[in-house]
Formats: sequence, structure tokens, C-alpha cells
Amino acid sequence: MDGVAQLQKQLVDFTDSLFQEGFLDEQFNQLQQLQDESNPDFVVEVVSLFFEDSERLLNELAKALEQKTIDFRKVDAHVHQFKGSSSSIGAQRVQKVCIAFRNYCEEQNIEGCLKCLQQVKLEYSLVKNKLETLFKIEKQLIAAGGSIPT
Amino acid sequence: MLCCWIVPVISMNWFINSAIMDTKTGLLGDSDKMWLKWWEKISENSWKIQHHYFQYIGSKRVAKAWWRKLLIAWVLGWTVVSLWIFCYMRLQVTEKRKETLASMCDERARMLQDQFNVSMNHIQAMSIMISTFHHGKNPSAIDQRTFARYTERTAFERPITSGVAYAVRVLHSEREQFEKQQGWTIKRMDTLEQNPVHEDDYAPEALEPSPIREEYAPVIFAQDTISHVVSLDVLSGKEDRENVLRARSSGKGVLTAPFRLVKTNRLGVILTFAVYKTDLSSNVTPKERIQATDGYLGGVFDIESLVEKLLQQLASKQTILVNVYDTTDHSHPISMYGSNVSDDGLQHVSTLNFGDPIRKHEMHCRFKQKPPWPWLAITTSVGILVIALLVGYIFHATVNRIAKVEDDYHQMMELKKRAEAADVAKSQFLATVSHEIRTPMNGVLGMLDMLMDTVLDVTQQDYVGTAQASGKALVSLINEVLDQAKIQSGRLELEAMRFDLRAILDDVLSLFSGKSQEKGVELAVYISDQVPEMLIGDPGRFRQIITNLMGNSMKFTEKGHIFVTVHLVEEVIGSIDVETESSSKNTLSGFPVADRRRSWEGFKTFSREGSTCPLSLSSSDLINLIVSVEDTGVGIPLEAHSRVFTPFMQVGPSISRTHGGTGIGLSISKCLVGLMSGEIGFVSIPKIGSTFTFTAVFTNGCSNPNEYKSQQIDNKSNPASSEFQGMTALVVDHRPVRAKVSRYHIQRLGAHVEVVSDLNQVLPYISGGKTVTNMILVEQEIWDRDSGISALFTNNLKNFDRGIPPKLFLLANSIGSSRTNAATSSVYTPLIITKPLRTSMLAASLQRAMGVENKGNPRNGELPGLSLCNLLLGRKILIVDDNNVNLKVAAGALKKYGADVVCADSGKKAISLLKPPHQFDACFMDVQMPEMDGFEATRNIRCMEHSINNWIQHGELSVEAYANISNWHVPILAMTADVIQATHEESLKCGMDGYVSKPFEAQQLYREVSRFL
Repeated sequence: MDGVAQLQKQLVDFTDSLFQEGFLDEQFNQLQQLQDESNPDFVVEVVSLFFEDSERLLNELAKALEQKTIDFRKVDAHVHQFKGSSSSIGAQRVQKVCIAFRNYCEEQNIEGCLKCLQQVKLEYSLVKNKLETLFKIEKQLIAAGGSIPT
Repeated sequence: MLCCWIVPVISMNWFINSAIMDTKTGLLGDSDKMWLKWWEKISENSWKIQHHYFQYIGSKRVAKAWWRKLLIAWVLGWTVVSLWIFCYMRLQVTEKRKETLASMCDERARMLQDQFNVSMNHIQAMSIMISTFHHGKNPSAIDQRTFARYTERTAFERPITSGVAYAVRVLHSEREQFEKQQGWTIKRMDTLEQNPVHEDDYAPEALEPSPIREEYAPVIFAQDTISHVVSLDVLSGKEDRENVLRARSSGKGVLTAPFRLVKTNRLGVILTFAVYKTDLSSNVTPKERIQATDGYLGGVFDIESLVEKLLQQLASKQTILVNVYDTTDHSHPISMYGSNVSDDGLQHVSTLNFGDPIRKHEMHCRFKQKPPWPWLAITTSVGILVIALLVGYIFHATVNRIAKVEDDYHQMMELKKRAEAADVAKSQFLATVSHEIRTPMNGVLGMLDMLMDTVLDVTQQDYVGTAQASGKALVSLINEVLDQAKIQSGRLELEAMRFDLRAILDDVLSLFSGKSQEKGVELAVYISDQVPEMLIGDPGRFRQIITNLMGNSMKFTEKGHIFVTVHLVEEVIGSIDVETESSSKNTLSGFPVADRRRSWEGFKTFSREGSTCPLSLSSSDLINLIVSVEDTGVGIPLEAHSRVFTPFMQVGPSISRTHGGTGIGLSISKCLVGLMSGEIGFVSIPKIGSTFTFTAVFTNGCSNPNEYKSQQIDNKSNPASSEFQGMTALVVDHRPVRAKVSRYHIQRLGAHVEVVSDLNQVLPYISGGKTVTNMILVEQEIWDRDSGISALFTNNLKNFDRGIPPKLFLLANSIGSSRTNAATSSVYTPLIITKPLRTSMLAASLQRAMGVENKGNPRNGELPGLSLCNLLLGRKILIVDDNNVNLKVAAGALKKYGADVVCADSGKKAISLLKPPHQFDACFMDVQMPEMDGFEATRNIRCMEHSINNWIQHGELSVEAYANISNWHVPILAMTADVIQATHEESLKCGMDGYVSKPFEAQQLYREVSRFL
């Protein structure tokens, strides 16, 4: 059972660090609350949906910004989507970069947009890694027979 | 504006011109016409000026430049005009002077001529006399002495002759005889002329005798004054000779050129007449005349003295200078009189005719003084110039003023725009800030919510509770400030939707029920039967007013009651006279209250209603509600009455410390009431209580106004009510007002209600009544009054043998007191219903006690989460969002509350899903979506619903095909991340029913959802 307790502690610590470092916010908690017996994989489902969605969006954004004449409305729509989905899962840092990104879009600042795209990619990969790690720990924990602490 | 000053300018012009014309008419006479013409031109021009100004007024700069040119032209024009006037007047004066001079000169010339002619005639007469008496008689009747005396004595006849002399014609052959006869020799005259001598040393003897000539003309007679010429041969004098020769050939008086007279040395002329031997006919030749000549009579004219004498006779001789010239030789005029002043001034020349055609004389007249300054002309023209300049200045000042005013106006417009922009910015700022505060506050509150769910000890729980309460207070405060800002900027618009007034009041009551129970204040609502079930208006705002008023009452009331009554205005007017009984005891809790009728004394509706009562009654579509909130609180001090409705004003600073609040609520309420075309008023007696009353106008929500009464009983929305249909309830209460409230609530459940005032009356009523009494509701006050009676009553009731004994209920004010009481009466424990009475709660309690199956869901007084579960359980809800993640999260959240969720990822899909008939109970719509955003989708859906409803109404579609629903309207709630006002307003505009913020917040979700489900 030591392993379970250790894993539990690891999970709690890791989650705490995620919150403290600002990767996630309260929305992620709410998301977790929505998960219950009837819907045991809710969070994982949502987050993987988020990953899929985000990768598509990032690709499209990169494509859109490579064009000679950039359609800022399109870019803005993509960023808005990205912002919406990131706020829905509580990926706070991604969301914040998205806000800055939208401002640059409004100003039609190509350099700023490109910079933000890099940033958003970075933040996204970071949060993706973190979340994947989180899910891995959870999986291990469940495999070890423990329950996820709330 | 323009006309205002153009008219005075024109009239001024007119005035000046007419004035000028007046002054001129005398002088100018015939130039009037010209003036008129000129004036016409001016007025024409000024008309053009106006025309041009109106044309150019659009472009200010052009107009300004134009005005400047016009001004310069005006000044220059008037300067020219005044100069012209000056010249003209001067000319007139000179002309007049000339005329005067001419007339004076002519007058003098004529007189001089007359005088001369008189003398000349006399001399001619003398020549006749000589021919008659000297040559006609032999011996001669005249000698020198006779002639001298005669001439001397007739000198007055010839005022300007200095002397007369007669020379006889002597041929050379007769000379010796003549000289002998006379005793002297004929002397020559020319030497004398060459060497003029003075009178004193004049010696006739010294003169030389005349040389031998063909003929001689020695003077034989002479007047004494010129006696020195006797014996002189006039033919030897140069002038005289010529004269004599001309005289005898012409037979007329002949004049010499002026010359210095012998001896006197004065200027003079000599007039010579020839004396003939016989009377000659007028057509004789000059030769015959010469032949017939006997002698020559000469008169010496002293022109100088002559003119002088003449001038002295005339008045105003000082004003002019007179010169007389002999101008026979034009190139060398000989001055006969006057000083030779070379003056190039004004001069008039009159010709003088002295009867000698060869000699020509002229009189030249001049004014002695120089012409005076033409003061009249100067003053007139200067005056005109000054007036014109003044007018120009006025003109200039006016134009400047107009320009300045225009500038100011533009500046004001600019400032106004800026102020408006600032106002917009202020509201924007308030909206943004409040939103920005609300968002983190939601986080705080949510966190606190979650914290409450964790395991906490009592102290921690208390802290969290306090924190949550404060947070909620802060959010409500922000909402209030936002409301105030919205009202101030006039952006608050009322909704118009159907709502159930009674349900709303039950809702509000439930909000305050906890507090009232805590305080032991009785809370009650009474709505008149006359008030329709469904009204059309803004339920949210109506609820806000009621909540504000009740909140205030709750704050300031420690004991007694708070009583909300809703009536129709018409009803109240009708009952004003009926309700005259003293209300001091007849109140809900027995405490005295302020007379609520006094609170609407100032209402305009009432004074108006008084006269047009039947009219307003007939228009039954508009419902005039009058709502009173009566409390038995501390009341409002008299001095604070005036500022009750002023924002942020409270009775005193201590009030806000003890009771909290911003003091903004009443002000907002007043504005809201105003928006509902009602009025608000109050009456307050310190230590007794306050009553706030307001009126509001709604539209009747029932399609048929006559239906509403039956609806009230049969068509309850609450399914539980049908269970009590036909039952009878007995209310035991000695206070009529409170009994009325109880009856109102029980009647709403559909039961029949009777009221008795005493427990003792109950049994007789039950046993004697024809109908079966199903329940007895006893007021706690009566129950507690005497426990003995209560116990007896219970026993009696228990032993009641007629069928099923009625259930006994106790209407208790607060939970605490009723519990203790329940413990004492253990025998037949009456069920306790805690006040305030609410239909739903009452129904639930009764159902529980009566064993009626509880079908309905208790809606009020529960935790929102639980309520949400109840609300949403089994509901079919459509969520529309283009963002899959959001969609999933929202669906998860709603599913958690038990809803049946269907997802759509675009507006188009939503439209196809929501095409009636469908099973959805509600739809949550994201606002911002690509292709078709939430607003547009909603508009489409509403449009679709509307047409289908129309078709159904017109029978073109059967109701059966649309699930028996004739009025399709699916509640659509906007989901939006930013709750700014514009979004909210737009969402309402396009037909949405409300909005929820993303991510969902339980309280807000409940509030919004509860309005529709």
C-alpha cells in the first residue's frame, strides 16, 4: 500500500505544482468534479479532445500565418477557438497567451502574431506534457489499486 | 439670427438715407429722383448681399472673406458719397453767390447807365437850346454869362457831368472876323494835353494860338467849372477832335475814351453833340450833316465821382468791389473806375451802354470778402460719413460676433461630443470593471462553495460563511451600481414577457423567509383576486423593486410584520371609502402601522383616475397595479423624508454602519417604477413603521380578460393544487387581515376556505356544517394563548365522530417557537407550517400531511445545486458551440444535473434540430461561432417558430402535428465569456431569453434556468 500512498502523494504534489505554476486553474477542478461513476473518463476524454483540437488549430494557425497576405479574421477566429477550449479545460497559461495573440491580431501585427504562435505552441506543449504526466500517474495509481484523491 | 440684424441695418440705412434726403430736398430740389434711384440700387444690393450670405453661410471662411470685402466697399462707398455731397453743396453755394453778384452788378450797371442817359438827354436838350437861341437869333440871345449861369443852375439835372461847354464851328476864312468879334485868338489844345498843368498855375494867356487849319472849333461858352477851356480849339485836342468829327457825322452823342481831364486831372469822358443849322431828317448822309454843322456841345463826365456817388446811394456797397472799364480796344481795356486789384476770385461782368455804339464799356464786380467756409456741406458730409462708419462698425461687430458665436457653437458641439463620449466611456468602464470584478468574484465564490463542501470545523465554516456572504454582498452591490449607471445613461430597457406575479412574489418571499424567521418578523403577501394570473412586463425588474423595498423593511424591522399587498388601482380607489375603519389594530401582527393610504396621496394616477375612472376600467388590457410594502420598523425620521429617493443617501452615517447597504436601492426602484410608468411614494412614522407604495402598469397576459378568474382556480400551473380541489379548510384566526392572507394562499390551492375567529367556534362549525371540513389551520397565536383550551380542542377533535377527522395544522411564525410548543401538546400533535406562507410550500406541507402523493418538486427554499438537479432532471437540452472542448465541458456540467444533453457544433445544426416539433426544453447557444453566430441562429429559430405559430393559429397546420403546442418558443440562453452590457442587450434583441456565463456558475445557471423550466 506504500506504493499507492506514494503515488497518491506524488499525484497531489504534481497537481498542486500545476496549479501553483499557473498551468491550470479552477476550471480544471470543476472539470474533475464533473467526472463521476457514470462518466469515469470524462477528464481524459475532454483533455484528449482538447489536444486533438489544439493540434489542428495550431497547424491551421501556422498555415494561415505563412500566407503572403494574412487573413487576420481567420487567424482571430482560430485563436478565439483555441482560447475557448483552453479556458474550458482550465489551461490558464495557454489562454493568457491567446488573449495577447488576439490583441496582436486586432493590431494586425504580423511579428507579434508569429511570436505569440511560438509562445502558444510552447505553452501548449508544456501543458500537454504536464497533463499527460498527470494522467500517467493517475493511471498508475488506479492500476496499483488506489483511488484518485479529490 | 441673420434676419434679426439685417433688418435693423436696413432700417437704419433707410433712416439715414431718408434723413439725408430730408436735408437735401431744400438744396437739391430736382435731384430727388436721382437719390431715389440710388436708394433703390442700394436696397437691391443689400438684398443681393443677404442672398449671397445665405448661399455662402455653409462655408464660413468664404463668408468671412466676403464680409470683409463688403465692409471695405461699404466704407469706401460712403466716403465717396459724402465727398460728393460736400462738393455738390459747395457748388450750390458758389452758384448762389455768383447769382447774387450778377444781380447786384447788373443793378449797378443799369443805374449807372440810367444816370448817364439822363445827363446825356439834358445835354442834347441844351444843344437844341443853343441852336435855337444862339444860332437862330441874331444877335445871339446867349452870351458867356447867360450860358454859365444857366448851366450852373441846371447842374442838378446832370448830376454826373462836371461841366458843359459849347464850341462853335469856325472856318479858316472866318477866323479873323471871329477872333475880332470875340476879342481873343483861337488857342491850340494839344500842347496843354502834352504838358498838363495844375489848376493853380493855369494861365490861358500863356497858351499858344492855334496854327492855321481848315476849320476851327473854339469853345465860346463854358460852365464856370470849366471856364478855362474858353477859346481853346477842341479840334486841336487829339481825343476831342476825333470826337467832334464823329459827332457831327453821326448826329448822335459820342463819347471819348477816358482821359485825364485838363486842369482837374481826373479821369473823365467827354460827350459831344453836334449842333446843326437846320433840322435834319433822319436819312441825311454824313456829308450833309458836316455841312449843316454849326457847333459842338460837349459835356465832361467825371466817371470816378459818378460811380462813387452812385455806389453810395446803394445798400451793401461794402460787399462788392466795382471796376468800370472802357473796352473799345479789347486788348487794352482802360480802367475808368476802381482800384485795380488782381483777384482771380468770383467776378461778374455787365456791359454798359452809354448810347455810343463805337465805345464799349464794361462793369466788373467782385466780392470784397472771400467766400465763407461751407459749414453746412462740411457738417452734412462728415455726419453722413460718421453714421456710415458707425453702421459699418456695427456690421463688423455683428459679423465678428456671429463668427464668434459660430465658433463657440462648434466648440460646444465638440465638447458635447466629448462629454457624450466620456459618458459612454464611463458606462463602458463601469460595465467592464464590474464584469472584471464579477469574474474573479465568481471564482472566489465558487472556491468558497467548494470549501464549504470540504470537511471543516465550526470556526472554519463560520469564516467561510462570512466570506461567502460578503462576496455575495459585493457582487450584488456591483450589480446595483451597474444598474444605476445603466439607468442614468438611459440604456435600461424593460423587457416585455409573460410572467406570473404570484410566483414572483412567492419567490421573493422565499428569499426573505429565512431572515424573517430568524428575526421573528411575520412576513406575508396578499394579492387581490382581481389581479390577473399572467401579466406582461419585466418580471426581473419588478422583482428587483419588491426585493429592494422588502429588503429595506427587513433591515429596519425588528418586531411585528412586513406585509406586501398587491391590488388593482381601480380596486383601491373603490375601497378608499370603505376602509375607513381605524387600521391601528387591524393589522397583520397587531402592531400599529403607518396608514398606507397616505403613501399614495401624491400620486398623479389617483387624481387623474378620479375623473377618468370608467375609461381606464374599460381598457382592460392595461393593468394598473398598486403594490404596498408595509412594515412595523423604526420608520424614517421626518428630516430625511426628502432625500429618501436620492442615490447614495441614507438617513445618517450611523445607519449604513448598523444596517449596511449603499442607499442606492430606493433610487433604482424609483427609476424602475418610472420606467413602468408608475409612481412611488411612502409614508413613515418614526417608531411605528413605514409603508412604501408604488404603482406600475402592465399588460394583461391572459388572452381573454374574462378568463383570468377561472384560470386562477382551475388552470394552476402548480400540479399539486389539483389535489385540493373541492376540499374545505377552516382557518382559525382572530385577525381579519392575517386570515385574509391565509385564505388567499389556501384558495390558490383550489380549496374552499372558511374563517372563524376562535377555537371555540370550530367544533360547532364542523358539526353544523353541511360540507366536510378537511383541514383546520390554527394561528399559533391563538393556539398558544391558552394551552388548556388547545388541549381540550385537540381532544374534542380526536373524538370527533363524523367521518374522518380533519387534519390540524398550526401556522407558526418561526421554527424555534413552534418546536417547543409542539413538544408540550404531545397528545395530538398538530402539523406545523412555518410562515411566511407560500403556495408551493403550503401545498407540500399539506400534501405530506394529507397523504397526497407528492408529485411536484419543492422549488423554493432549497439549495441551488439540488434545485438545479430537480430543475434539469430529465430535461432535454441542446447545447450549441463550435468548440468541441467547450461543448464537452458544458455537456458534462449539465449532465451532472441530470439533464439529457444533445450537442450541436454549429448554428445551422441548431436550427435544424430546433425546427418544431422537437422535444427540447431549452437551448444553450454560444454567441461567437464561425459561419453563423448565436445571435443569427437565434433570430432564424425565432423566425421559424413565429411562422409556424402563425400557421397553427390560422389553421393552416394542425396543432396535433406539433405535439399539441400552439405556441412554440424554446428558451434560448446565450453562453458567453464576457458579460458586458452590449452582449446582453443584443442577445435580448435577437430573441434570446437570457444568458449564462461560461464556464457555468451554479447560482446563475439556476437563476436563469428557473425562469423557464
